Amino acid sequence: MNSLWAVTLATLKKDIRLEWRSKDALNSMLFFSLLVVVIFAFAFDPLAEESRHIAGGLIWVAFLFAAVVALNQTWARELRNQVLDAYRVSPAPANALFLAKAVGNFIFVSVLEALMTPLFVVFYNLHVLGPAWQLIPIALLGTWALVVNGTFFAAMSLRTRSREIMLPLLLFPISIPAVLGMVAGTTAVLTGDNPAHFYIVLLLTYDVVFTTACLLLFETILHAE
Amino acid sequence: MSDVPNNAWPNNVRPAINVHNVIKQFGRFAALRGVTAEFDAGRFHAILGDNGAGKTTLLRAIAGLAQPTQGRISIFGKAPRDACRDLGYMPHPSLLYDEMSGMENLRYFAGLYGIGGDDACQAAIRAVGLDPELPRPVGQYSQGMRQRMSLARALLHDPKILLLDEPFSNVDVHSAAEMVALLKSMRGAGKTIFVVTHQASLLEGVADEFIWMQAGQIVNRTTNARTAASVRAPDSSREGAP
Amino acid sequence: MKRFFPILSILTAILLAYALYQALVVVPTDALQGDVYRIIYYHVPSAWTAFLLFLINFVASIIYLIRRSPKVDIVALVCAEVGVVFCTVVLVTGPIWARPVWGIWWAPGDIRLTSTLVLWLIYVSYLVLRRFSTSAQTQVLAAALAVFGALDVPLVYFSIWFFRTQHPQPVIGGGGSMDPRMLRVLLINWLAFLCFAFLVCWSRYRLEVLHREVDQAHALESLAGAGMAEKASLPLSRSAP
Repeated sequence: MNSLWAVTLATLKKDIRLEWRSKDALNSMLFFSLLVVVIFAFAFDPLAEESRHIAGGLIWVAFLFAAVVALNQTWARELRNQVLDAYRVSPAPANALFLAKAVGNFIFVSVLEALMTPLFVVFYNLHVLGPAWQLIPIALLGTWALVVNGTFFAAMSLRTRSREIMLPLLLFPISIPAVLGMVAGTTAVLTGDNPAHFYIVLLLTYDVVFTTACLLLFETILHAE
Repeated sequence: MSDVPNNAWPNNVRPAINVHNVIKQFGRFAALRGVTAEFDAGRFHAILGDNGAGKTTLLRAIAGLAQPTQGRISIFGKAPRDACRDLGYMPHPSLLYDEMSGMENLRYFAGLYGIGGDDACQAAIRAVGLDPELPRPVGQYSQGMRQRMSLARALLHDPKILLLDEPFSNVDVHSAAEMVALLKSMRGAGKTIFVVTHQASLLEGVADEFIWMQAGQIVNRTTNARTAASVRAPDSSREGAP
Repeated sequence: MKRFFPILSILTAILLAYALYQALVVVPTDALQGDVYRIIYYHVPSAWTAFLLFLINFVASIIYLIRRSPKVDIVALVCAEVGVVFCTVVLVTGPIWARPVWGIWWAPGDIRLTSTLVLWLIYVSYLVLRRFSTSAQTQVLAAALAVFGALDVPLVYFSIWFFRTQHPQPVIGGGGSMDPRMLRVLLINWLAFLCFAFLVCWSRYRLEVLHREVDQAHALESLAGAGMAEKASLPLSRSAP
């Protein structure tokens, strides 16, 4: 157990250091979601009163796409010089690698969300009509939902042809309930029409179920060569 | 030259690695096609063969990276994944993060083996003849230096068995000779060494045994590099060490 | 076993014909919907069959992850393939029925259709993964994905269920009781579909077993041949490196 946390922490620190030096994932993610925001602003009139009803969907679709960019990057880093093999021949627990990657992605995507949300607020002239604090659990749980399965499926798609296209093909169908929870929950809070509690519970359930499944199966996936 | 060098364990050698009828199949292609062999501890084994003969796959299977489709591998009686502390693996890619310095790399990998402190890392870097204080990221090393740093990574946890895949390719003659000398001294220190290579001539007089692989099978085992590629009936290859 | 196959084929053909006759001719027309309702005799049994096949896929995948038996993996693969076909039938017949009855092709909040669509997406991605994998252990990856897909099903169902309660929906007759004659024909159709699905799965299973045997033979034999040929020419061409 000790070694699990020690290796998780060491791997996380190493990933953050590498990302800090190259800034590959963060820059491409940021620019990508900026583009999505701008394109959405053309596609859907941001001044319209209904924009409040679609903003939840727009925000999360932008983050979903940006997260895919980040998720592909994390494992790409391990593929260069086949460094992943060095981890696989070591006695370190596979789940430590998984947790470090998932937490690292969670941090990256959260930073991105924190930077992009003000832009959405400005572009779509949003003010929240429901209880605003509920957006925080929705964002945290929703991001973890995307990232935990995303990390798992990105590792799975390492073993496929056209790896980068494979990730969304595997991730999106499974993520539909989570995306629905995030979008509908955010919309519920923005419009204040409905309570968002159910969506928070749904996301929490989703997170618990799939975090457990990932931890149970990651070692099998990592060594399936 | 055809005899085992005189500083080897003469009679009480024990098998370090036992490979039993291993098949590795990828769809319609089998990289390993029924490999059965025993490899003695404390010896220097050179694995030779053409491209696609299954040398790398065999090494990866021994390292526990590729699971055999059929068959069994045991290392000191354990499954490869359970014997990982006894194995040091150095493939042709460096297995190092280009953006970090050598010391930063090794510190991270030492953590994976539960080795704390910088002493082991510094010792491993010095053992391969590099300077632990070198601040340059590994990406800016020369190929020869990178290979040696990669060897330092494989040596970090002081494994009993070293598995090396093409350690001499893409490096100049001088670096290759240095690497050979390094491996020779490690064999002298009692490690079991496997080297997959195209350049058998470099290992003449250094390796105890030359193993010729072809079409996913071991077809010949001999103590002489020059006769390694000569023909034998495939069945006789299963008789074990020469 | 092999002799049983043609017998079962004939029985299935007869059963399918009988079920078709029952569904189109014998059963009375629905008072409200008219003849268009008869499509449910294809829609509903297809759905039940698809769900059953996906359930078998899930169970087989778990067994595969524990036991690593190749035959179980073939069962999982075959059930997913045939299940996707039946699921496609559900998704095509659903809108055909919905258009005249509800006035719209597709109701995004309809829990059954939408969760069936998500299910279809999940199992298509399962088949895509199997096709695109370069691993020698595709079966393991696929089994893991199947487990994830199955875990997702209840979450999909509940998320849409709650989504629906917040949005205006077309009136969907869910609770009404069914004429016992209709139920009987529905069950006959289901039985016929099950027999048909079983037949297809069986053939596909045998095909896949043969396919893998051929692959293995190929992998081991052709290389042996190539190896021999090369070995014969060795003394002439090769000297010490």
